[in-house]
Amino acid sequence: MTAILELCNVDAAYGATQILEAVDLAVEARGITTLLGANGAGKTTTLRAICNMMVRVSGEIRFDGERIDGKATEEIVRLGVAHVPDGRGTFLDLTVEENLRIGAYTRRDKRIAADLDQLYGYFPCLKERRRQQAGTLSGGEQQMLAISRALMLRPKLLLLDELSFGLAPLVVQEIFRILHTINRNEGVSMLLVEQNANIALELADHAYLIETGRIVMAGPTAIIACEDTVRRAYLGY
Amino acid sequence: MLSGLANGGIYASVALALVMIYQATHHVNFAQGEMAMFSTYIAWAMIDAGFPYWAAFGLTLVFSFMAGVAIERIIVRPVERAPVLTIVGVFIGLLLILNSLAGWIFSYTIKSFPSPFPSTAWYGSKYMSSHEVGMIVVTLTVLILVFIFFRFTPLGLAMRAAAQNPVSSRLVGIRVGWMLAFGWGLAGAIGAVAGMMAAPIVYLDPNMMSGILLYGFAGALLGGINNPWGAALGGFFVGFLENIAGAYVVGTELKLSVALAIIVGVLVFKPAGLFGPTLVARV
Amino acid sequence: MAYAGLSLAIFRYVGIAAILAVACILPFAVGGYRTSQFSQVLIYAIAVLGLNILTGFNGQISLGQGAFYGIGAYTTAILLDKTAVPYWATVPIAGVICLAAGFLFGRPALRFEGLYLALATLALAVATPQILKFKGFDHWTGGVQGIHLDPPAAPFGLPLNTDRWTYYFCLIWTIALFILARNLLGGRTGRAIIAIRDHPLAAAAMGVDTALYKSLTFGVSAMYTGIAGALGALLSAYVSPDSFPVFLSIKFLVGSVVGGIVSISGAFIGALFIEFTPNFADQISKAAPDAIFGMFLIGLMYLMPRGLIGVFDLIGVQLRRVAFTKRQK
Repeated sequence: MTAILELCNVDAAYGATQILEAVDLAVEARGITTLLGANGAGKTTTLRAICNMMVRVSGEIRFDGERIDGKATEEIVRLGVAHVPDGRGTFLDLTVEENLRIGAYTRRDKRIAADLDQLYGYFPCLKERRRQQAGTLSGGEQQMLAISRALMLRPKLLLLDELSFGLAPLVVQEIFRILHTINRNEGVSMLLVEQNANIALELADHAYLIETGRIVMAGPTAIIACEDTVRRAYLGY
Repeated sequence: MLSGLANGGIYASVALALVMIYQATHHVNFAQGEMAMFSTYIAWAMIDAGFPYWAAFGLTLVFSFMAGVAIERIIVRPVERAPVLTIVGVFIGLLLILNSLAGWIFSYTIKSFPSPFPSTAWYGSKYMSSHEVGMIVVTLTVLILVFIFFRFTPLGLAMRAAAQNPVSSRLVGIRVGWMLAFGWGLAGAIGAVAGMMAAPIVYLDPNMMSGILLYGFAGALLGGINNPWGAALGGFFVGFLENIAGAYVVGTELKLSVALAIIVGVLVFKPAGLFGPTLVARV
Repeated sequence: MAYAGLSLAIFRYVGIAAILAVACILPFAVGGYRTSQFSQVLIYAIAVLGLNILTGFNGQISLGQGAFYGIGAYTTAILLDKTAVPYWATVPIAGVICLAAGFLFGRPALRFEGLYLALATLALAVATPQILKFKGFDHWTGGVQGIHLDPPAAPFGLPLNTDRWTYYFCLIWTIALFILARNLLGGRTGRAIIAIRDHPLAAAAMGVDTALYKSLTFGVSAMYTGIAGALGALLSAYVSPDSFPVFLSIKFLVGSVVGGIVSISGAFIGALFIEFTPNFADQISKAAPDAIFGMFLIGLMYLMPRGLIGVFDLIGVQLRRVAFTKRQK
């Protein structure tokens, strides 16, 4: 298995407070990996560490074989890593379409308009509201906007932070279905951070379990989903 | 009354420059006036050396842009995260340096600055001199060009995004630091236009911009400090107000005080500016 | 730890006593011109302290302190010129007038925050010289020519010349006002003032009358600056509208920032800076002294973002650490 993203022995801290300890994680190229854990376990911190946002990181992080730990966030993004942050990070005062166009800011190719159309195809509600201020969209729509904005980068790796948060189950199903399609058709690797273990395990090939900053379990989802501890703690049966 | 509009164009430009930097950094660049003044001196030096007016104008814009970028990267960058008043201290220092340098290099004697709009031109009249008409046209053109830049170009979009939401901007690959520097560059260039338009009227000396900066600041606040076009409108309004105060109320000595008093009075009723949002504090 | 605290407290009291001793013998150690420079330093220190109280401790920015300085100065000048009030009485009168003026300005200014307050106070600073020049007031203010004063003579026939007596007069006021500031800011009032700066809503929720305190702070700050202005008028024996330009208010702000705005003792450092650096800059470059001043200012901002008093605080923290570890051993 070739890993498009590798974390080796990564520690991460906010100021003096250490959150992550000796995290080892890998995302298979063209695959979907999920990172599960309870509130405060360190899932968001892991994604931030990958993008070098707000945390102090030590250890090795490799993307496509190249070390990216210590690089500026915008340089990591330019290498092909798109991050949909918790809170969605919408540009509230820009229009929907401007949000999407800004996602393609670093691209120089001519397929931007075509990609825009393709995303409008996946998310017709965005097309309806393309000239509206993004701040006026509902939570679910902003989530779709955030994903689309990330996809406009044509990333090799998509980092998704708690997509399901605050969304109606049907909306979540829809979004995950689209992610599955994009993964199959475009080969975009994904690292999915989720509290909702059920739906994450349906989508992903590999899973990691994080508790208080340490990875406690790792493996293919088929196996993880059957583990008793996981079932009782995270799947509810 | 119409010459109030002409002055208003200058205040509008300065207000716009102030708001552009404010939106991106939440700091008011108090040195904006002196930067504009220095640029105007550069233009004067070029014209004095024989350059045709519009060539000097264009070159000055380029110089002012680069100077703005340089000032941001070299002087402002180190104190980016410092407390507000420290940054104010740096701006005051910058203001003093530019003022003093201009006096030293170009001397304190008042100089005249040419207007590219000949006084006998067809568009002059008894209500407005041809320079005043030209001034309005130029400042409006600048404002429109800036508007188009921000609205319709990718770089303008990126700059707006970086000002509103630097964190998300980094996540789409925008180099926020450079966007900031470009903002300063643009503000510098806009200020230079204001200075070159004002100089034929107020004459060129190192202190020419202090009153204009004050009016620009007042206009920006009047229009709502977070709203560039409101600020520009505020600038026009201030020009109008200044004119009325001078002509009909108190004469030229007290007009600055009266204009400011009126503006402050307006702000008492509308603390976020005429076009600002009604602020609600979240507990 | 108590041991360490005690030794540090002794260190502090000895330090203050030493500084006071130096301050007292100063006029006899240096010449007349230098003495009046130090008188100006004391006066600036009072004004900068006023600004520190308002902006540093209470969070209300003011670019208009020069206006109150001018009001204080003109109060003294007009009283001496037109009435029989003795010079030493004009100072508290100026203080009271500015207290009222500051309070009256502070009341409507409550609606302003941050930049808007900066503009409003700046408007005040700009308006003051223009109003002082207004022809209608000429009879009182002496118009553009201003008013000349007689310098204060030493009381009880003490053998002090004008420079020295003026210095001691300023010193007495400075010490009194600094002690007042320390008491004000150290107790409940001080905590309320600071709370209003940091969390106005929380302070109000805890029963602090924010509006009253903010207006009062404005008044007190204006009072300090007015007293400084009155003393300044006595020192220079002359007032005119052009003595109080906008730049004076900026100078006070520079003094605050350099010394450390959330500080009482920092006011001295700031005052020393704004009085002596221009002269020093003048020696470095006759042609562009303000540029040198500006460079010093920027340099200080880079090195000490919290003002020079911040450096002393750091040293103090280090000393405490050393004392504490010594104790532990």
